[in-house]
Amino acid sequence: MSASFPLTRRKAGRFWIILACLLCLGGAVGLVLNALSSTIVFFMAPSQVLAHPPTPTRTIRLGGMVVAGSLHTGRASDDTPEARFDVTDGQAAVTVQYRGILPDLFREGQSVVALGRYDGHGFTASEVLAKHDETYMPKEVADALQKSGRWDPRFGPPPNAADWNSMTVPHPDTPPGPGAAP
Amino acid sequence: MSFSTYPAPSGRWTGSPARFLHVTRPMALPCLLVGLAVLAAGLIWGLGFAPADWQQGETVRIMYLHVPMAWLASAGYVLLAACGLLSLVWRHPLAGIVALEAGPLGATAAALCLITGSLWGKPGWGTWWVWDARLTSMLVLFFLYLGHILTIRAFDDPVRGQRAAALLALAGVVDLPIIKFSVQWWNTLHQPDSITLTGAPTMAMSMFWPLLVCTAGFTLTGTALLLIRCRAALLERRTQALALRDISP
Repeated sequence: MSASFPLTRRKAGRFWIILACLLCLGGAVGLVLNALSSTIVFFMAPSQVLAHPPTPTRTIRLGGMVVAGSLHTGRASDDTPEARFDVTDGQAAVTVQYRGILPDLFREGQSVVALGRYDGHGFTASEVLAKHDETYMPKEVADALQKSGRWDPRFGPPPNAADWNSMTVPHPDTPPGPGAAP
Repeated sequence: MSFSTYPAPSGRWTGSPARFLHVTRPMALPCLLVGLAVLAAGLIWGLGFAPADWQQGETVRIMYLHVPMAWLASAGYVLLAACGLLSLVWRHPLAGIVALEAGPLGATAAALCLITGSLWGKPGWGTWWVWDARLTSMLVLFFLYLGHILTIRAFDDPVRGQRAAALLALAGVVDLPIIKFSVQWWNTLHQPDSITLTGAPTMAMSMFWPLLVCTAGFTLTGTALLLIRCRAALLERRTQALALRDISP
């Protein structure tokens, strides 16, 4: 490197000036992002919403996992689909009311983000988005994991990919889980 | 044989544009052919034979385009910034050319990353676009590319354009860690990374390997396109210099 890129005094000077500028810029951006971090957050968790309830007129995004067994769907008088479900972050839960079509990935146990207003009792959503986790898994693996009784998609994210092989071997002591085939 | 514009090829790898032309001459075409072959293998594997996801179904195959494009857009910007540093500190004649030619390629990758992500977001999340930190910082990277493409061509004196664009490229580097860590620092709709340097991938190996082959194929093809573009640009300058020499006394 030194033979090919000699750092003369002038070049070294330019190099340090650029490095100093970059450090200043990086520091400034870092401070700005740190100051804005609560605004950059795309959604609030149910425990945050309950701890600091927003004003009922303010539109917020609520994010969390759909509680297993809490989903009730129906149809309004004008035939639009209606849904009611609880969203939890493990510490608190908020009931969400929604009129409209839910995204394909929506299910119990899935992470969702709902856009709407919180009136102190419940959350009225105008839009519901499904969040995907970082796990990608073939259908056969998901079926095998559910059959083994070690994972139920309604109660949490899938296990580590490294454990799939050992987990799909049925254990004699493990009773068949709720996802097991009849 | 030597030309008035460039010194004769020297022995150093960091040498002149003439040296670059000499060294890359046997590399460009094999790199392109191997890249296209690897890319074809990866795409056939990923789009045709890799399993569908248990909840996303077949739409998960968008990943085999989306992830390589995101990688190329980020890696391309690192290259732009490195060229910027070489231009500003060492006044290296090649760095400006590489930056000039890499910009449109990187911008294409960033645009394809955003488009494929949008096409993936609609069936998955239920929306084409949200202003979450990951998507927004990637859009910023696309605009940084556009700014670089315009800046480097905006001056009559190409060296001044290269210096201004180099400053922009270096300043824009702060966006790269924001893109990378946005999914960890803030709640985003975009999921965290499935593939990290430190941990095991959180995807089935039957999806991970075709993704890796696709990424390698796109990277090799992109590198070949960059080499070909740089060579063409240098040869164009050389012909212009020769033509100028012929008409001037």
